Amino acid sequence: MVHMEYYLIVSTIMMFVGIYGFLTRRNLLAMLISVELILNSVDINFVVFNRFLFPGQLEGFFFALFAIGISAAETAVAIAIIINIYRNMRNIQVKNLDKMKW
Amino acid sequence: MEYTILILLLPCLSFLLIGLLGTKLKPVAAGTLGTVVTGIVALLSYWTAFSYFGAGRDGSGVYPVLTPWNAEWLPFGGGLEIDLGILLDPISVMMLVVISTVSFMVHIYSFGYMKGETGFQRYYSFLSLFTMSMLGLVAATNIFQMYIFWELVGVSSYLLIGFYYTRKEAIAASKKAFIVTRFADLGFLIGILIYGFYTGSFSFTPDAEVIGTAKVFLPLALGLMFIGGAGKSAMFPLHIWLPDAMEGPTPVSALIHAATMVVAGVYLVARMFPLFIGYAPDVLHITAYVGAFTALYAAVVACVQSDIKRVLAFSTISQIGFMIVALGVCTSADPHEGGLGYMASMFHLFTHAMFKALLFLGAGCIIHAVHSNEMSAMGGLRKYMPITHLTFLIACLAIAGIWPFSGFFSKDEILAACFGFSPVMGWVMTFIAGLTAFYMFRLYYNIFWGKENKELHSGHKPHEAPLAMTIPLIFLAAVTLFAGWIPFGEFVSSDGQAYHIHIDWTVAATSLCVAAAGIALATWMYAREDRKAADGLAARFSGLHKAAYHRFYIDEIYQFITHRIIFACISAPIAWFDRHVVDGFMNLLAWISEKLSWLIKGMQSGYIQRYGIWFLGGALGLTVILLLI
Amino acid sequence: MNILSLFPAIPLLMMLGLWISRNTKQIHAVMVTGASLLLGLAIALVCIYLGMRADGQTAEMLLTDSFMWYRPLNIEYAVGVDGISVAMILLSAIIVFTGTFASWKMDTNVKEFFMWFCLLSVGVFGFFISVDLFTMFMFYEVALIPMYLLIGVWGTGKKEYSAMKLTLMLMGGSALILIGILGIYFGSGATTMNITDIAQMHNIPLDMQRIWFPIIFIGFGVLGALFPFHTWSPDGHASAPTAVSMLHAGVLMKLGGYGCFRIAMYLLPEAAQELSWIFIILTTISVVYGAFSACVQTDLKYINAYSSVSHCGLVLFAILMMNSTAATGAILQMLSHGLMTALFFALIGMIYGRTHTRDIRELSGLMKIMPFLSVCYVIAGLANLGLPGLSGFVAEMTIFNGAFMDNDVFHRVVTVIACTSIVITAVYILRLIGKILYGTCTDPAHLKLTDATWDERLSVIVLIVAIAGLGLFPLWMSDMISESVLPVISHILN
Repeated sequence: MVHMEYYLIVSTIMMFVGIYGFLTRRNLLAMLISVELILNSVDINFVVFNRFLFPGQLEGFFFALFAIGISAAETAVAIAIIINIYRNMRNIQVKNLDKMKW
Repeated sequence: MEYTILILLLPCLSFLLIGLLGTKLKPVAAGTLGTVVTGIVALLSYWTAFSYFGAGRDGSGVYPVLTPWNAEWLPFGGGLEIDLGILLDPISVMMLVVISTVSFMVHIYSFGYMKGETGFQRYYSFLSLFTMSMLGLVAATNIFQMYIFWELVGVSSYLLIGFYYTRKEAIAASKKAFIVTRFADLGFLIGILIYGFYTGSFSFTPDAEVIGTAKVFLPLALGLMFIGGAGKSAMFPLHIWLPDAMEGPTPVSALIHAATMVVAGVYLVARMFPLFIGYAPDVLHITAYVGAFTALYAAVVACVQSDIKRVLAFSTISQIGFMIVALGVCTSADPHEGGLGYMASMFHLFTHAMFKALLFLGAGCIIHAVHSNEMSAMGGLRKYMPITHLTFLIACLAIAGIWPFSGFFSKDEILAACFGFSPVMGWVMTFIAGLTAFYMFRLYYNIFWGKENKELHSGHKPHEAPLAMTIPLIFLAAVTLFAGWIPFGEFVSSDGQAYHIHIDWTVAATSLCVAAAGIALATWMYAREDRKAADGLAARFSGLHKAAYHRFYIDEIYQFITHRIIFACISAPIAWFDRHVVDGFMNLLAWISEKLSWLIKGMQSGYIQRYGIWFLGGALGLTVILLLI
Repeated sequence: MNILSLFPAIPLLMMLGLWISRNTKQIHAVMVTGASLLLGLAIALVCIYLGMRADGQTAEMLLTDSFMWYRPLNIEYAVGVDGISVAMILLSAIIVFTGTFASWKMDTNVKEFFMWFCLLSVGVFGFFISVDLFTMFMFYEVALIPMYLLIGVWGTGKKEYSAMKLTLMLMGGSALILIGILGIYFGSGATTMNITDIAQMHNIPLDMQRIWFPIIFIGFGVLGALFPFHTWSPDGHASAPTAVSMLHAGVLMKLGGYGCFRIAMYLLPEAAQELSWIFIILTTISVVYGAFSACVQTDLKYINAYSSVSHCGLVLFAILMMNSTAATGAILQMLSHGLMTALFFALIGMIYGRTHTRDIRELSGLMKIMPFLSVCYVIAGLANLGLPGLSGFVAEMTIFNGAFMDNDVFHRVVTVIACTSIVITAVYILRLIGKILYGTCTDPAHLKLTDATWDERLSVIVLIVAIAGLGLFPLWMSDMISESVLPVISHILN
């Protein structure tokens, strides 16, 4: 029997790996992947909590499915933006993206 | 006597009419309008005087005080209000006659003198304005009305002195005249405020019981009012504007700066005389000392001036000093008991107005003939200008105090009053009278006798002035000849009762002797062509001569105070302070907030990852705080 | 509809008219119609008001009307006038009328200029007719904001800096006012914003009054050029276009004095009595300081701006004397200064439009070149230095007499100090006249200049007639004002 804690440890690690990646990677695509990691860790949590705490119900699964769908859409939008940035600036290094700061 | 309102309204209308139409009016039309109106005003004044004095005295033996008009103009609340109206009493009626006469003469005279000047219409409209204001001043029913017209005569004087507004000297002189008198008027205004507060009205005759509570402040109020009077009447040390005011056209000098406006201060003191004598005799005596010093100072300065109008200006200052002294030496309201000076002062005011106007108008004819104010351009003019010469001589004799000219009678009364006050005052004033005779005849000889300035006259011969200018001369000379015989004390005296003038022959003989000595000295020094004695004396006392010529540097002191102290040490630092400290503080505030916002702006780096760290740090921090609580 | 509501409504309609008009001619037509209508209406209002008083209506505010527009805070659109507001409305109408003609030759973005100008007048009129604290404040803000654009866009010189400075300082003041208004509202029990009602209830505790009085007084004082919050005035006036200077110095600065009197003094009487000495000192400094500063300025508009500081200082000075004579004088001085300074700014604008300089060192001998403008300038100067027969004299004398009625040394001394300003005023006015009008013209380029055109003449003459009218026949105006001042003052004193 795999305990709930093991799942949660994995998802926490994924979450912090994602945050670490988001804060430290200099490449937009790598940052996007990090964001996906954060989202996936949340999905795992949803599923795990549903499975262990509320066995008879389906809300957690549904929500995880929604989140996957939305993250797919979000990735599509993000990639589109990144491509546009690349077209304009010929790179996707995040340190060059301070044009819109003020 | 309701028609007296016309005396004020007519000149006012003519001022507005000529002023508004301006150059649309032909010069002749403007002049005629002004002159005719002034003529009517003069006739009305004579008629007023005739019917006022003709109506006789009332039961207590005085001429009743009439106020045919008095309307509320501006209420202040608390019982104080400014009324505008007309007050007729012996001195105001006398002043109406003097002002309208001189003004009428000057109007006629100006036809000749100002002929062809640009701004002829402007000139006449200002003359009308002045006439209106001056008449309003003397006919004032209360002290505030007097102040109103006081300011108006000040401004008409300003406008007329600056008539030749393209000339630097005229601009400076007009500015100086206005600011100096304005400064004095500040005293006047504060005096009025004190007076109004403590007596509860602006009337000349406040209730006796109200005065009881105001006794302490009344002398202060009257003293401050006298400062105003001293400014207008050019008393030392506020006299500095009058000599410069000679930059105006000569008829204006005759009207404003010799005969009428400058005696406003004397009139003010005379108007407040019952209060002065009753509650502030000490202040009154101070005015006497101020007047005596001014008379002496001005007479000394007049002895060495070379500009004939300046000589006349200083002579005016000196003669006004006489009038003030006469008022100041009064010790009671009874003319038999030390109140003689009041009558003497008013009498001298009357005669002086006539002969000084005559002198100025004569000087105008001379300037018209030789186109210069300087004595050096003159000399030997008696051949060319007989009428001017004769009338000028009459005026000189009158001001010197020679019997039977009008000045003799009035000056004699003043000297008698001075001797009655204290022998020292009497002798000082007698000495000044001698000095007067000396400088007037110095002037006379320098103009009409002595060496002719040939090179100046080679181009065109000086000629007698046109009729428009000589008729006023002749008229005024006639008045000067006969005015002394007017039984002045019958009309004006300090207590209102009839006073029979009797000439005190010991005083008269002394003053005649002194005057004769002055004339003789002047004749010895200046009647000859070579002037050895005069030049020798000037060289001998060159320091004194130079100091007197520069009017003892009073103007320079003022110049120093205004430019070096007020402008450079007050105004400029204040302006600097305003721009740099007060405004600088506001700019500093703006600067600080700008810098602060730059500081805060620095946190908005635009790097999403830095935002992420802030976000995470914040979230963690909040969690920690929540956990600790 | 209440006649008073027409005053802000007409400028709004004028804005509409301007919006649809297509060319300068139509714009002028709209402006002239509207401005004349306002002037006529203002005169009619004076007549109606005097008529109602003559009929024996003794209520403090006449022609009142109100409806609630924000119930939670009891904010009403409440209007009503007394003699003071009627006088101010008349002044505003005259200046809007003359300002229209003074900006006749405006050529850039005419439509927008006049639209903002109208919005400004909406605010001004609205302020004077309101008797509700918040509505009053709202109109005050409406009057302030257009200033920024009017100066920033149509101004001259350092216009952006000046516009920013003026707006920021005045907004700072209005922030204080807002705080103070809320303080009064909640202090008096939060039941009404109506000024007369709050005054009647008279239940603000003294320790609260002590806080709100200085706040409101300074808030309005900024607009009334109270030392040391006056520095927006020289820069702002110098940069503003003619009509805006006129309206600003002529009317907007009066909002300050009016507000100090109507709100600070009237609603917080005990604190006013207790703290007046601080502000009396500040205003006395304003009076003398402004006059001295004006003596050494070289820009025509700066001279006039500092002179305004001095004269508006006198307004606040008189209000603080807290007696009906001085307060009447203060209102008269507002009127008189409004007219005078508008005339000055109009003339300066006309001279500047011709010579393209306002530096008095570069101007001289204008009397020969433009006699009409110069004569009017002399008249304005004489009015400024308090010549009898023109409005300045009436106002100043009433103030000095009123100020002198307080029988203690402090008030006496400050009155005498304030009196000295009349001498200093004479100094700078005559210096100015002597420098720029008299003498001979030194700049050959100026010799070809022409005198005033008809629109300029009209605007100047209307102002001069008003100044002389007030100066020659002050009785009806001073009666109307003192009648309305009396209840306010007696409220303050009790």
